[in-house]
Amino acid sequence: MNDESQRLPVDTDRDVVRVRQLVRTVAVAVKLSLVDQTKIVTAASELARNTLVYGGGGEVEVTRVHNERRAGIRIVFADQGPGIVDLDLALTDGYTTGGGLGLGLSGARRLVDEFDIDTEAGKGTTITIVKWCR
Amino acid sequence: MERVPVLKIGDILLVSIQIDMEDQVALQLQEDLADKIVATGTHGVIIDISALDIVDSFVGRTLATIASVSRVLDAETVVVGMRPAVAITLVELGLSLPGIRTALNVELGIAMIGTRDLSGLLDDEDEDEPDQAAVTAP
Ligand SMILES: Nc1ncnc2c1ncn2[C@@H]1O[C@H](COP(=O)(O)OP(=O)(O)O)[C@@H](O)[C@H]1O
Ligand SMILES: [Mg+2]
Repeated sequence: MNDESQRLPVDTDRDVVRVRQLVRTVAVAVKLSLVDQTKIVTAASELARNTLVYGGGGEVEVTRVHNERRAGIRIVFADQGPGIVDLDLALTDGYTTGGGLGLGLSGARRLVDEFDIDTEAGKGTTITIVKWCR
Repeated sequence: MERVPVLKIGDILLVSIQIDMEDQVALQLQEDLADKIVATGTHGVIIDISALDIVDSFVGRTLATIASVSRVLDAETVVVGMRPAVAITLVELGLSLPGIRTALNVELGIAMIGTRDLSGLLDDEDEDEPDQAAVTAP
């Protein structure tokens, strides 16, 4: 059983701020702990920036999700950019092709409960993350 | 674009980040601070992040760059007021902010900078490192 999703474009720096704000609002609504709110907003900030910088822009979808036991938040980041050719490398701490710290993908993965990447060279990248209430 | 104000208070520069910064705003702050350090000749910069509910790798890197640039310009940066949940998240993200001095609040940050200006006059008895205590010449 899932509630309706909210979508935001990710085409500017300003949009990345909006993504953070939407994720925070939904994380509070599903009653994530303060530390878990902080973790999911931080992960979303990293991935939305990647969508913008490396994916050439795209879209984010935020959904309140439930299973039998728990409530949570699911966020999907989608772009039609160049894709991630070497995923293992991209997920290595410190690896960057853009002069960043190389902690966005690997760090975001550590901050969430579920992390899934679907990427294809030349087609784009879709990353789905979930954080559940404890 | 919004801009984070840099205030001169006594001998130090105080930056209190009160907004959720776009990346460009963070980069602008980095530049504004470097300019103001030179213009004022200050030796101390306090960056208050108590209003920030997250610090991601971009803001983390900006803070680290500010600290390095100010060091080169003979000023010391202390980041103050980091929320506990932000600290936990930063460490899990993989950012331990090496080279950045931190303090719990503005008062303690100012005290930290004040200490540096006096340090030449005092014995440095605060550098008590137990790890090295056992290391002696044979
Ligand atoms: N959406 C994306 N599309 C294409 N490449 C990406 C995408 N996200 C990440 N990458 C690649 O993975 C690398 C690592 O990303 P990340 O861990 O966020 O570090 P950083 O952003 O500091 O480079 C990036 O430098 C880039 O090469
Ligand atoms: Mg990144």
